[in-house]
Amino acid sequence: MIPAPTVGISYPATLLCLVFIFLVPCAAAGLALISTGLGRSRSAAHSMMSSMCVLAVAALAYFVCGFAWQGFAGGPAHVALVGGKEWSWIAFGEFFLRHQALDGSPASLAALLGIFSVGLAALIPLGSGADRWRLGACCASTAVLAGWTYPLFAHWVWGGGWLAELGTNYGLGRGFVDTGGAGTIQAVGGLTALSIAWILGARHGKYTHEGLPTAIPGHNGVLVMLGCMLALIGWLGLNSAGAILYNGAEPGQTVQVAINTILSAAVAALTAAVITHARFGKPDASLTANGWIGGLAASSGACAFVSPAMAAMIGLLAGALVTFSVEWFELHMSVDDPGGSISAHAMGGLWGVLSVGLFARIPAMGDAGMHESGDTGQWLAQLVGIATLIGFVLPMTYGLNWLLDRMYTQRVAAEGERQGMDLYELGAGAYPDFIVHNDEFTER
Amino acid sequence: MRFFGFLLLLAGWVIVLTALALMAADAPRIAFVLAGVGVEIVGLVLVIRAHPLRRGAHE
Repeated sequence: MIPAPTVGISYPATLLCLVFIFLVPCAAAGLALISTGLGRSRSAAHSMMSSMCVLAVAALAYFVCGFAWQGFAGGPAHVALVGGKEWSWIAFGEFFLRHQALDGSPASLAALLGIFSVGLAALIPLGSGADRWRLGACCASTAVLAGWTYPLFAHWVWGGGWLAELGTNYGLGRGFVDTGGAGTIQAVGGLTALSIAWILGARHGKYTHEGLPTAIPGHNGVLVMLGCMLALIGWLGLNSAGAILYNGAEPGQTVQVAINTILSAAVAALTAAVITHARFGKPDASLTANGWIGGLAASSGACAFVSPAMAAMIGLLAGALVTFSVEWFELHMSVDDPGGSISAHAMGGLWGVLSVGLFARIPAMGDAGMHESGDTGQWLAQLVGIATLIGFVLPMTYGLNWLLDRMYTQRVAAEGERQGMDLYELGAGAYPDFIVHNDEFTER
Repeated sequence: MRFFGFLLLLAGWVIVLTALALMAADAPRIAFVLAGVGVEIVGLVLVIRAHPLRRGAHE
């Protein structure tokens, strides 16, 4: 067992943290609606069904073994001595949450937040695998993500792991800081989405024989925009709960977190709208929605440690990054990502992680909550975190999903894609009484 | 090429970890961390180039 700094949480902060955690499922509902709206109408019911199953599998896997491996700061963990310093690699709590007091303690709040957060991370790949990812395969992939990939990285960041201890061990600021999960939830989910897009391949008809992408617009913009609104509520809860639980913020400090969250999303969405208007003559709804989500993802990194003006700046860059990244992935990397998950979550999340090192004034944490101290080396700690996400998490999540694909093919058969996932896998469509887009049913 | 790209990604990460564990002074530690990130970028480029995903066009 390793000693770790105990974060004292007052009773009012505990209550407030609980309320914030209860808002997090709104983000999951939002992401589900966005993935569905940006997909084809013939796969809409399948998309929502997949979202619900993914949430269920993620919660179950996290309950069975996820939290045991994630652990919490101060909990039991496997430690390696590296150069005389203790590196905590993985927790070894008991499976099935046995002997875990579920009483409002910081550890129990971490378990509760984790069970929702892991669902959120697992929903992200659904956007990139839309219209061709089999239901059983996405459930199996979710079990791997929620039972291993997410808990491992979450332990390193939130469970007193080696990334969190970079400050203590090597004097790198306060160690890797990730208030609401820009790296832990968004980047991990986004990089898994990239792996899934690579493994599944593009949708039939997405690219011409010359390799040029064709537009396959989402079938319901209203669902997408409603999803964005819901996601905001969830993110307010996610960032605020993370600030209290992992950064020792007092209840009053969550006002700043909330303002920074909405400002980042707002500026990112407006930036995407302005850029698309300037380039295409009219603002693009789906890219603006992706900008909004990218701004939310980016806000999760530094929302507790930056001024509102800086949060707006983070959003501005996130909006631009997401807009150009969507095009870059589609045109130059030939990655078919119908929901824009890779750009909004992976790119937005990685930018959020980096923004902590560039803009945040990181306070030291003690029993009395947060107070100012220096931030020397914080940028290097954040860079090490990014290097870990790209250099370790991406190969691992790709490798695990590739193995899964060898055992159980993840992509639906060509006939299923032509028919639509609704009819082929569920036996009934989302809109049985009418055909939304005639051309979707044209044989290609 | 894909396998080699992922291998480079992992190698870059190991360089970053090694820099943390073995370099005590700031300057070499930063230099080696940046070198590790550089190796990761090369690996990422290889992985990207190994995935010409135009399956839809060929089916």
